[in-house]
Amino acid sequence: MVGKLVEALRHDVVIVGSGIAGLRAAIEASRVSDGKLDVAVVTKLQAMRSHSVSAEGGTAAVLYPELGDSLDSHAFDTVKGSDYLADQDAVERFVREMPGEIYQLEHWGLPWSRREDGRIAQRWFGGYSYPRATFAEDKVGFFEMQTLYDTATRYGGIHFYQEWFVTSILTEGGEFRGVTAIDMKTGSFVQILGKAGIIATGGSGRLYSFATYAYSSTPDGMATALRAGIPLKDMEFIQFHPSGLIPSGILITEAVRGEGGVLVNKDGERFMKRYAPAKLDLASRDVVSRAMMTEIEEGRGFKDQATGLDYLHLDLSPIGDEKIKSRLSQIREIAIKFRGIDPAEKPLPVRPVCHYVMGGIDVDIDGATRIRGLWAAGEAACVSINGANRLGANSTAECLVWGKFTGAEAARYAAGKGAASTVGEQVQLEEKRIFDGIFHGKGGTNPYEIRDSLQRLMAKDVFVYRTADGLSEALRTIRELKTKDFLHCEDRSRVYNTNLNDVLEVESMLIVAEVVIAGALARTESRGAHARRDFPKRDDKNWLKHTLAFWGPDGLRLDYSKVTITKYQPTERHY
Amino acid sequence: MTDVRLLVQRFDPFKDEEPRLVEYKVPKREGMTVLDAILYARDYVDHSIALRFSCRQASCGSCGMKINGRPRLACYTQVDELAGEKVVAQPMENFAIIRDLVTDLGSFFEKHAEVVPQLVRSDLQEQEHPTSEYVMKPEELTRVLQFTYCIKCGLCTSSCPTVATDSEFPGPQALAQAYRYTADVRDEGGDGRIAILDTPHGIWRCHFAGSCSYVCPKGVDPALGIQLLKRHVMSGHAPRKAGEGSPTAKAGIPAHGPGSGSSSGG
Ligand SMILES: Cc1cc2nc3c(=O)[nH]c(=O)nc-3n(C[C@H](O)[C@H](O)[C@H](O)COP(=O)(O)OP(=O)(O)OC[C@H]3O[C@@H](n4cnc5c(N)ncnc54)[C@H](O)[C@@H]3O)c2cc1C
Ligand code: SF4
Ligand code: FES
Repeated sequence: MVGKLVEALRHDVVIVGSGIAGLRAAIEASRVSDGKLDVAVVTKLQAMRSHSVSAEGGTAAVLYPELGDSLDSHAFDTVKGSDYLADQDAVERFVREMPGEIYQLEHWGLPWSRREDGRIAQRWFGGYSYPRATFAEDKVGFFEMQTLYDTATRYGGIHFYQEWFVTSILTEGGEFRGVTAIDMKTGSFVQILGKAGIIATGGSGRLYSFATYAYSSTPDGMATALRAGIPLKDMEFIQFHPSGLIPSGILITEAVRGEGGVLVNKDGERFMKRYAPAKLDLASRDVVSRAMMTEIEEGRGFKDQATGLDYLHLDLSPIGDEKIKSRLSQIREIAIKFRGIDPAEKPLPVRPVCHYVMGGIDVDIDGATRIRGLWAAGEAACVSINGANRLGANSTAECLVWGKFTGAEAARYAAGKGAASTVGEQVQLEEKRIFDGIFHGKGGTNPYEIRDSLQRLMAKDVFVYRTADGLSEALRTIRELKTKDFLHCEDRSRVYNTNLNDVLEVESMLIVAEVVIAGALARTESRGAHARRDFPKRDDKNWLKHTLAFWGPDGLRLDYSKVTITKYQPTERHY
Repeated sequence: MTDVRLLVQRFDPFKDEEPRLVEYKVPKREGMTVLDAILYARDYVDHSIALRFSCRQASCGSCGMKINGRPRLACYTQVDELAGEKVVAQPMENFAIIRDLVTDLGSFFEKHAEVVPQLVRSDLQEQEHPTSEYVMKPEELTRVLQFTYCIKCGLCTSSCPTVATDSEFPGPQALAQAYRYTADVRDEGGDGRIAILDTPHGIWRCHFAGSCSYVCPKGVDPALGIQLLKRHVMSGHAPRKAGEGSPTAKAGIPAHGPGSGSSSGG
């Protein structure tokens, strides 16, 4: 398996990840160069299987200013939702770009749901003051992926490396050189050299086992960026969606509440009226998730016997049978298939569930990292338009906008560059780390049990509500887990060795979990999705700033950077 | 707590002459899917079982395999819904095996790409630099909708007797997608697609076994799509009438697989 010389492939632009962000970037890179650039998309899955297919409810954009919507309103809702931690220049740029992206996808074939007059339909989504979530039934991400994937096959010069697992980013003198990867079908270790690169590896939601995410959403890309010297930003902010379906956490989209579904406690009370009198069940996600945990902790929840999980009821009866069957067909199907409940007849058991990570690879407003020639986009990146709490329907949108920006930027940069040179020593060190260290590694600890322990501690101490004690304990445990001998591979085969990938993923999870916990422990305030029991108030004087986590030989180091405020001054949020 | 008797077909091309079934005991829990059962075996019994999976909610199309003899998605099949006391997981038919449950879908994706699965327009400037949307009435959308639900899982193609005997036949997935784009009111590429598919190895090779529509987990009816493409060729009219008299129903074959209809979808 370990060759003397590691094969080198060469491309102009190397994109890691084929979710909405990666595919949008690939099309743009090809498009701005008229197909002249040679674009590689490297992805650990078959390209169209990416986690993005799971997005359901909507993509936000201002399409109908004549009916009262405005860019300013979209920007303000986003900033307010972010609990003022978003960078407002980025938000303004984002909302301006979005309408064009909706039309672009439509022109590439996306079957957006339509109004009677044949124009694109929109609906309400939590935290917005106008119904601007553009939707295609309840399969928004699926159709975005289908459209981008199908369209990408039409553009010249896009080469897919499917089921190639990227292990590291190669740099030289602060400049991007390429990535290393394992070709899963053959087991060979390869360097893919490029003049420019884009990391679009998605979010890190699988730090939790009760998660809406696909199993593949592990923080590989974030960990490789950290190792390459790029900080992660605002990782302590993790969104817990109010409604994960017991038992596994499959998402029951907010659109259910947008269409009229209501949350109810054990006493049959619509409790949201006590927490958010104006917006009720459609208040922003952090507000709803906290209200639910408070209801549960104060004894007004139900308990699931099989899993031991506490939950509340999501009652769909106000929506009406017909609408449930037509507009929410996927949710109905999921509830029947995974819980045996027809939501037209009975309420659904739900509880807060890990759903989105606001933080990510630190990038500027163009999506550029600190390494020249390397960008990051989508959920893997943190621009930040989401701040301390993202609004639903804004993240697929962000993937589109920064997929487009970074694709164009990377293409322009690559067009002006000579052929990439290899960085032999780094490649050899990486090969040793993986093959001597893990593939031929020895150890007695089951890596899958390390993953389980990690997920348990995240669910216990790094959830909706946090305390100094819990977080300190979590940090201790995680550092202990890292010393266990789990870096070994039982599967000795070269072909399609998922065991090796899994160990690499678990290693990344431990690194990134430590960043999350350290950031959360340091941030002695409550803001957006980060709720400290011991510091219940937002503290703008000390904490209106982004967390930056650096990784070095001496471990983790935290630093902070400024939040950009243009026109929306921080005030207290009311929903 | 009872155990599930899980049999997984194992095959490593570097080590094994022949595929073999290996049995694993998996503790059963309420609501367990076949994917849950295999992952239990992989995580705690034998780390070397190779399979594809990602979303675990029937949206990504990764986990197609043959379960107790029938093509299904592992994440979308409850252990309890299977008859008999064993769960037998094998790779899909009609595709080469890479290892264990993992099959080679390379040519499957290529065939999809060959039917021009994009909106083809003559107004390229507008298509690439949109000023607003192309108008599409809800009823026009409804006509193509079921065909847009395809998650490229390969189950239909794995069940198709024609694919098994003619390697040049595009297969039900690709043909259904040719229909999906051709029947879209916004599309102008129908003639181009028909030119590719109106051949002896193309649509005319389908002799309507109907198994594709029966096994599809997303309620797509590829057999219907192929019939409508044929009708389009014979009539010389744009195939925009999927709502009218379904030939599938006329032929006495169930128009949809189980779990389809209005409750299905991606
Ligand atoms: C259930 C659910 C519903 C959602 N609904 C909505 C919604 O309605 N609206 C909305 O705006 N957002 C929604 N979201 C959020 C949204 O889906 C995600 O933020 C978005 O899809 C992320 O896309 P991405 O392109 O950044 O990455 P992903 O789609 O996660 O793709 C990551 C890619 O990186 C690749 N990759 C990862 N690691 C490696 C590696 N080591 N080597 C090679 N490749 C690698 C993977 O193969 C994959 O292609 C939802 C999320 C969930 C979980
Ligand atoms: S038509 Fe159905 S069975 Fe065939 S690939 Fe698509 S989703 Fe799978
Ligand atoms: S894991 Fe995605 S379809 Fe089964």
